Amino acid sequence: MLEVKNLKTQIDTSEGIVQAVDGVSFTVRAGETLGIVGESGSGKSVLANSIMQLNPNPPTFYPEGEILFEGSNLLKLSEKQLRKIRGNEIGMIFQDPMSSLNPVFKVGAQLVEAILTHQKMSRKNAKARAIELLKDVGIPDAESRMDDYPHHFSGGMRQRVLIAIALAGNPKLLIADEPTTALDVTIQAQILELMKGIQEKYGTAIILISHDLGVISQMAEKVLVMYSGRIVEKGSVNDIFYRTSMPYTWSLLRSLPRLDGVAHERLISIEGQPPNLVSPPKGCNFHPRCPFATEKCLEIDPELMPRKEGHWVACILTEQEFEAEKERLESADREGVL
Amino acid sequence: MFKKKRNLISASLLLLFTVATITASWWLPVLPSEMDSAKRLIGPSADHWFGTDHFGRDILAQTVVAARVSLVVGLSVALISTVLGTITGLIAGYYKRADFVIMRIIDGMLAFPSLLLALALVAALGGSVSNIIIALSFSFWPVMTRIVRSAVLQINSIQYVEAAKTSGIGDLVILFRYVLPNVLSPIIVQGTFIFAKAILAEAALSFLGVGVEPSTPTWGNMLQEAQIYISIAPWFSIFPGIAIVITVLTLNILGDGLRDSFDPHAKGKVNRKKGRLKKQINVA
Amino acid sequence: MSEALLEIRDLHMHFPIKGGVFQKTKKHVKAVNGVDLSVNKGETLGIVGESGCGKSTLARTIVGLQKPTSGDILFEGKSILHYSHKEMHQLRRNIQMVYQDPYTSLNPRMKAGDIIGAPLKAYRMTNDLERRVKELMDLVGLKADDYHKLPHQFSGGQRQRIGIARAIALNPKLLILDEPVSALDVSVQAQVINLLEDLQKELNLTYVFIAHDLSVIKHIADKVGVMYLGKVMEISDSESFYNDASHPYTNALLSAIPLPDPEKEKMRKRIVLSGELPSPANPPTGCVFHTRCPFAQENCKTNTPLLEAKDGNDGHLVSCFYPINTEKKQLILE
Ligand SMILES: Nc1ncnc2c1ncn2[C@@H]1O[C@H](COP(=O)(O)OP(=O)(O)OP(=O)(O)O)[C@@H](O)[C@H]1O
Ligand SMILES: Nc1ncnc2c1ncn2[C@@H]1O[C@H](COP(=O)(O)OP(=O)(O)OP(=O)(O)O)[C@@H](O)[C@H]1O
Ligand code: SF4
Ligand code: SF4
Ligand SMILES: [Mg+2]
Ligand SMILES: [Mg+2]
Repeated sequence: MLEVKNLKTQIDTSEGIVQAVDGVSFTVRAGETLGIVGESGSGKSVLANSIMQLNPNPPTFYPEGEILFEGSNLLKLSEKQLRKIRGNEIGMIFQDPMSSLNPVFKVGAQLVEAILTHQKMSRKNAKARAIELLKDVGIPDAESRMDDYPHHFSGGMRQRVLIAIALAGNPKLLIADEPTTALDVTIQAQILELMKGIQEKYGTAIILISHDLGVISQMAEKVLVMYSGRIVEKGSVNDIFYRTSMPYTWSLLRSLPRLDGVAHERLISIEGQPPNLVSPPKGCNFHPRCPFATEKCLEIDPELMPRKEGHWVACILTEQEFEAEKERLESADREGVL
Repeated sequence: MFKKKRNLISASLLLLFTVATITASWWLPVLPSEMDSAKRLIGPSADHWFGTDHFGRDILAQTVVAARVSLVVGLSVALISTVLGTITGLIAGYYKRADFVIMRIIDGMLAFPSLLLALALVAALGGSVSNIIIALSFSFWPVMTRIVRSAVLQINSIQYVEAAKTSGIGDLVILFRYVLPNVLSPIIVQGTFIFAKAILAEAALSFLGVGVEPSTPTWGNMLQEAQIYISIAPWFSIFPGIAIVITVLTLNILGDGLRDSFDPHAKGKVNRKKGRLKKQINVA
Repeated sequence: MSEALLEIRDLHMHFPIKGGVFQKTKKHVKAVNGVDLSVNKGETLGIVGESGCGKSTLARTIVGLQKPTSGDILFEGKSILHYSHKEMHQLRRNIQMVYQDPYTSLNPRMKAGDIIGAPLKAYRMTNDLERRVKELMDLVGLKADDYHKLPHQFSGGQRQRIGIARAIALNPKLLILDEPVSALDVSVQAQVINLLEDLQKELNLTYVFIAHDLSVIKHIADKVGVMYLGKVMEISDSESFYNDASHPYTNALLSAIPLPDPEKEKMRKRIVLSGELPSPANPPTGCVFHTRCPFAQENCKTNTPLLEAKDGNDGHLVSCFYPINTEKKQLILE
């Protein structure tokens, strides 16, 4: 349904050109959930906004690539055609439920407005549909809450309203950019549950962006791991979590404090910081922080290559080399702890 | 601060005015006080570019020299009310108890238009340059206090001030090292605006006849004298008028420009909660 | 008992909400509403709870930024609430705080070295100031040439290191850490957690570690307390807490955390709480959790449970009439 091919997104800043998204390709099929993980600044939001063409242009440019949605290239469409697709075909939910709703309009009015921009129907029908949507996303007393202002709603309820707005046009694809990051865990559990329910009911495809590997493992079927604007590993959830084949993903998983972990166990941290996207390091972008790095990594910039069916990895190490080195590091860790 | 062209141009223009009026006696062809009774109310000409007044004095020379009073008044008022307003604003914003007292006084004063307040004060003190400065400073500092106070309240709720308190750092150090440097930008911007407002106010007071003694050339005094000749000698009013407009406009442009360049949003700062970027986009 | 470095007894911190034309106090936000805690020397007490449950208010009250409405705080056995200004100044050396937001907790116009040195200056420990600051910087993993940099030249994790260096500058006995890693990326979070654990061992520090994430707490804490609407719901040593959580809210929290393990995730039964956190200005009667509790009974609405030892275990206190035992847990997870 959605196919992104070799997408590059550049942002022109005072410090230079930021390669925010650098040659990213992936596909999303109907009814499926694609998870995107990565550290802050790895380009997840810019990628999501590129699909919806929501990056301000300029300073954002798309020098290369295609975004095919049901066969048409979104990069080539006019603003008017795009507006038709946004909300109607593709819905979007943002991270911050506080600033994404207009504080001076009633919640119901904003929802009705969203419905009317996407569908031709009478105001009365739109209102009925709005109430139905609010019920769908689990807001109690939907009728009476229509007349409330956003500040009457808690963070979790606002996020529900935003989901309702995103669903207003019956989109085939929902892009959720860190939909639960600003929320508490118990509310996060409710919202994730809700998104799953909606997917089952309407067969919506979801692109779920998160920096939380737990959320991704709970929700996604396929996963992209991003590092400094690139995909460094992609595959099914099980590929990523159980058959990790890329040093960065491995380090990320190892650095996570875990509920099923041992108290006071030393966490394995990734030293250093993500690279500067204006002048990324030569060779592999991850080499300054990579515990597996060899001399060659300074020279060769690895491409994303298929390892197994559907499992792609961007690293010069072969499977055997990676496994051997991983074994060595893990046993060194165990000894360090003892 | 001077990154923007606009700021640079307006600041250098002001510097030019100041230098021009200070060095006036060296470069002006005629003395401002020189009367030529044969040449009263003559229009602009090669000899007198801006024309002459009802005593036959050169209006260009008068306008240039009058700028001294205007700039001195404007600058002094800006400095005095800024210093006063900053001190009271800092105290009000930082100490809850003092806040109540100071703000009652300030609110009381703000209830009167500042020009009216100045008018009453000058009427009571008598018109002279120093009295005008006192009166105008007094009427402008409440605005400054307000602005500083609200900036301090904002800074106060930022964690580094709290962190300084828990580190056992004294109040005075907190005020001058943690709070003041972070509220300087609104102070400078407002100071520039007060500069402009004070020039206008001085002109207005002099025009109303309660300002600087009529014998001292100021733009307000010139306008006051010129008003009865407005139909036969419009240049007499026009040139001092233009001088006021240009100076005030330059100051306002500078103030606006400074505000823009101090504005953190222009620098692309990121608003963070729980470490993630806040998105302000609304799609529906 | 004598071991307790910090003890908090029935602490209340209520904020007035003013409203109306005359700014009359209409209601109170009961941010902290009867908290009892104690922390022993050298140990880490983890405090978890959802946004707005009063964690930061508790922290700010302990470090003396706010005077509590009622209750008592004891440090080394002495009540600190009636300390004079001077005594308070001396006390502050011993209780320091690390803040959540690495972006707002450092003065943007001061150099890293000056920020770390400021507490030393405040206590006139200016002998060899620069050497001491460099020592601290080394201790938290900053480079000596970072001394003259401004906060905006550092990343979030490095800024948090500056904040930690500032907090340990005076050799405090107790560190209150208010969500010190919540704003950091996972990879950087691990660096800071490791640093805090090393410092604790090296300097024999006692921590009160506030977080909203039970997996972080699991790593660092010896004792864990769960707060809900200004009250402690359950508090226990870490082992008993994670193996044998008894309060319905604790269980809901534990089951709400997504595990980075897709197979386990699929198998998992979770308690999804309905509804949202009630307002602390208007907390429910009886057990404050009853509006969201899946196990609530009639009497939970009117009677308030006390924080009591569970099955006679003094180290594990629960505030619930119907704590979840092992059999009940089996039933839920069936
Ligand atoms: N408008 C912009 N101007 C300049 N640089 C930008 C802009 N928007 C994003 N960037 C840069 O692009 C890179 C990718 O940013 P992006 O917001 O996509 O990260 P992210 O992965 O979504 O991070 P987070 O988890 O913090 O949301 C970052 O280095 C960021 O600084
Ligand atoms: N100075 C204050 N005046 C009035 N209400 C306050 C004040 N400080 C905190 N509150 C209220 O007290 C409650 C508890 O706030 P607190 O900051 O302690 O929560 P928290 O547990 O730290 O939450 P978070 O996880 O969001 O940091 C909130 O409802 C808050 O609005
Ligand atoms: S290519 Fe080298 S540096 Fe890059 S991830 Fe693989 S081993 Fe590490
Ligand atoms: S006392 Fe009742 S309402 Fe409160 S937690 Fe226990 S069972 Fe639930
Ligand atoms: Mg993002
Ligand atoms: Mg807090």
